[in-house]
Amino acid sequence: MTGRADANPATRDAAPATAAAATGEAGATSVRLFGWDAARWRWVAAAALLAAALYAPFQLIPFHVFQLTMVLVYAVALLGLNLLVGHAGQISLGHGAFFAVGAYAAAILMERWDTPYPLTLPIAAAVAFVLGLVLGVPAMRLRGLYLALVTLAIAIFLVPLLKRFEEVTGGSMGLTLAKPAPPAWSGLAEDQWIYFLVLAVAVAAFLLAGSLLRSRVGRALHAVRDNEIAAEVMGVRLSFYKTLAFAWSAMFAGAAGCVYTWVIGFVSPDSFTVNLSITLLAGLVVGGLGTMAGPVLGALFVMFVPGISQEINDAAPGVIFGLLIIAVMYVAPTGLAGLAGRLIRKIPRKE
Amino acid sequence: MRVSAIGCTALLLLAVAACGGRDSGGTGTTASGQCQGQQTTGITDKSIKLGGIYPLSGPASAYGDIPKGIKAYFDYVNAEKGGIGGRKVEFVVRDDGYQPPKAVEEARRLVEQEQVFALFQTLGTPSTTATWDYTNQRKVPQLFVATGASKWGTDTTHPWTIGWQPNYISEARVYAQYLKTEQPEAKVAVLYQNDDFGKDLFGGFKRAIEGTRVTIVAEQSYEVTDPSIDPQMRNLAESKADVFLNITTPKFGSQALAADAKNTGWNPLHIINNVSASITVLKPVGFENVQGIVSSSYYKDPNDPTWQNDAEMVLYKQKMQQYAPGADPNIPYHTFGWAVANSFHKAMEAAKCPTREGLRDSVRNLQNVPIDMLLPGVTMNTAQGDGFPIESMQLMTFKGERWELFGEVIDTRKEFGPLTG
Amino acid sequence: MAGFLQQVVEGLGAGAIYASMALALVLIYQFTGIVNFAQGELAMFSTYIAWQCVAAGLPFWAALALTLVVSFAGGMLVERLIIRPVEGAPELTIVIVTVGLFIFVNAAAGWIWTFLIKDFPNPFPQGALQLGGISVGFSTVGVLGVVALVMVLLYLLFQHTRIGLGMRAVATNPSSARLVGIRVGWTLALGWGLAATVGAVSGVLIAPLLFLEPNMMGGVLIYAFAAATLGGFDSPAGAVVGGVIVGVAETLAGAYVGFIGSDLKIGVPLMIILGVLLLRPQGLFGRAVVERA
Repeated sequence: MTGRADANPATRDAAPATAAAATGEAGATSVRLFGWDAARWRWVAAAALLAAALYAPFQLIPFHVFQLTMVLVYAVALLGLNLLVGHAGQISLGHGAFFAVGAYAAAILMERWDTPYPLTLPIAAAVAFVLGLVLGVPAMRLRGLYLALVTLAIAIFLVPLLKRFEEVTGGSMGLTLAKPAPPAWSGLAEDQWIYFLVLAVAVAAFLLAGSLLRSRVGRALHAVRDNEIAAEVMGVRLSFYKTLAFAWSAMFAGAAGCVYTWVIGFVSPDSFTVNLSITLLAGLVVGGLGTMAGPVLGALFVMFVPGISQEINDAAPGVIFGLLIIAVMYVAPTGLAGLAGRLIRKIPRKE
Repeated sequence: MRVSAIGCTALLLLAVAACGGRDSGGTGTTASGQCQGQQTTGITDKSIKLGGIYPLSGPASAYGDIPKGIKAYFDYVNAEKGGIGGRKVEFVVRDDGYQPPKAVEEARRLVEQEQVFALFQTLGTPSTTATWDYTNQRKVPQLFVATGASKWGTDTTHPWTIGWQPNYISEARVYAQYLKTEQPEAKVAVLYQNDDFGKDLFGGFKRAIEGTRVTIVAEQSYEVTDPSIDPQMRNLAESKADVFLNITTPKFGSQALAADAKNTGWNPLHIINNVSASITVLKPVGFENVQGIVSSSYYKDPNDPTWQNDAEMVLYKQKMQQYAPGADPNIPYHTFGWAVANSFHKAMEAAKCPTREGLRDSVRNLQNVPIDMLLPGVTMNTAQGDGFPIESMQLMTFKGERWELFGEVIDTRKEFGPLTG
Repeated sequence: MAGFLQQVVEGLGAGAIYASMALALVLIYQFTGIVNFAQGELAMFSTYIAWQCVAAGLPFWAALALTLVVSFAGGMLVERLIIRPVEGAPELTIVIVTVGLFIFVNAAAGWIWTFLIKDFPNPFPQGALQLGGISVGFSTVGVLGVVALVMVLLYLLFQHTRIGLGMRAVATNPSSARLVGIRVGWTLALGWGLAATVGAVSGVLIAPLLFLEPNMMGGVLIYAFAAATLGGFDSPAGAVVGGVIVGVAETLAGAYVGFIGSDLKIGVPLMIILGVLLLRPQGLFGRAVVERA
């Protein structure tokens, strides 16, 4: 109950996401149950999550397996966006563009050159990374609102551009591709096989992002986010790290786009409108910036809330969806991950 | 914080997994007797369950009115006619926001969770393209999809998917045919929407005028995200073409009509495609500004006084009021929904077996099936190798406050031969 | 040459539309430092209110006056009810709230008025002025005139009234403004109300040209962003000049640069945004922000 009172919209002392992430970290370390410290709990929880994720596809109907697969796809994309927005403090409204680049890279490789699908992943990720680097150099001279506008413009421009180069991209008709077939030895159905492929990509992406953030790069990014000038004084090469963050984030989006192509088997320019970029950013902020759980919670929101909205109001699902976004921001200004953190700290515990 | 969030997700996932049961989605029921072995999922002696996917949210939401007309029709048939062959129809509508990945999700939800008998209409070429591999693998009929792309009829690898409305290429042929006889030397300026719909219709037109003296002297495209098509219209006007082919969706259709009316220095013969030929598109422009424009049609416009006393139209308006009280029967999307639902009714009744296979075969063997909401003389026809239920249209011209049909119903199959990929 | 000038005139017409929308965006940014994604949708909703009044039989100008009053109140209400609870939250949280508002208002308008296009009465007469071979539509002249009028009124409000002074104080330094006794909360609400009113004007001007439907403003928004960026996000006058330049540049590029054509002309605002930000990030008329670390 106390947790609810604290979550009241009237709470004005909601700290910025950055600060909340830091205190969340501190709060977590003080959790001690059964004499285990937070680090151990975290491993136990992660192991439980992985076990559940491995077990789920054998229990669920293919439809639910597909939904989980899409959650993982969005989670990988949000993970990349989180690097940029949550950890480097730069706003991007064009993340969908890199998602599209990854999806199209994979589709074109498979369609034009019959590339085996596992090979498309590193290539799509690399293409997105390089593009992120190229666009990142000018974009990273900008900050805040201005960067948001430039990335927004990129996302909007990409759609007609994809249509223009019809010989390569298939134009507005898009490209239809075969989905990865499960090898005979696995004994899996198609949906299960694709799920495990995406799960492997997602786990790898989370491990990569985790180690990235613990490295020198991660510390530099946090320094940039918390205070650019101080960071620069301390010798952090600002533009270098910001551009790098942009490129990394583009790479994760590209990887997500590539696995999206595996899952859906169809790409078309109108699947990657600016709405996708805005949805991704909204999903991340709703999930929680600067945390590892944020992208997962955000992906769950992006995947399931539109369906729930339709259950509530069949005539105009958008009315409910819009209200739910606003409502979540009231209850959890720092995202669902932050809310969960605050609730857990309210549980009385022995020290 | 991380601990709890990860932990909660894990618990959630386990909870979902525990109450699942993978097998429930995989198997369906089959018929016995004469139709032995055929799938009867979603159909009993008393009921049929259908699922449709439309954009109820997002920029294409205008089409979300179609299922309202369908629902009104089925409600009427259920309440007053005892259903279709004694089976009450349940129609489940899902929203995909015009996004292909969402359409795939909803198709799976309808087939595996809702256990529908058939997908009755998926709207839009991208959403239908993203789902038809799945429906054909699962052997679920995907009927009368609400898009005029030609591939639903020409493709041979997806027997479970079939279109309904005249495909865009057939429509283009109708206009080409008209120009060949009326203005054999026509110089045509074209405005088209830069997506699958615009490209298909424009491409069909280009192919249909090959080898004639009709030429295209200017072409301009627009994106659905453009605020206005005025700049395109100015560029087209400079061509001084004597025919203007307007391949647009409703909002842009109105804009193009208004721009043409405003430009007194350029007075081409204005041909507007069927998608935008509704009275609801012309009226905002002002009837005095759209006199003499040409289009083609295949179903009755509820706003057209010609059909004021038409029996089917009277029935439609009355039943819409009764079963969809909030919905305006004058919205042509509702009429479209009514007509397509009526088509399903006829196809289902004609099926030899009340099974998915029976329905699939029935919609591919329609012979001159009359649908009262279609124009007189337009019927549904399919055969092996011809997957286009409606391929006839009639030209019309706008006079006063109504469309006037003229000439004969044009059967594009006869004029141009069967359409092939 | 006449053809070229004609294109410029048409560009001016388009530019005036972008300018009016950019003006509304800038008003809110000035006071709150956030970009209101829902600005266009609020304007669209206001336009529907005007349409509803006209449909109910009110004369056009009465309907317009009523709409402006309702929009002003509505804008303040939105600030009080929707933005206030997240005030003090991270900037991005507020931006996402406006995204939620965008989706909500768009869907609500479709629910209430359907997605069918409506014809909106044009306050300006049909026809065009003929000036040496160039025709300038009366609506183009009218739209430009109204936008200029709104500019003048805003200038008078900001420079010559007490309320305007207070608003400028809040825009410059909220905490100092609070210290000298200005009610910052109400001033912010006033800013939203004002922006909603300007948005309503732009919606009413646009509707007769683009036809009214719930997605009417979606396409205009990106051009308005470009205009505001070009003019400077904290300069109302800049927004107007920026809008006109964007409109003319876009029209000319679509007509004369072969590669761009009509399909890639959306790239023009992108190039403008990028170019301006790299060369002069504060925009043509904006103040360069000097930050204290």
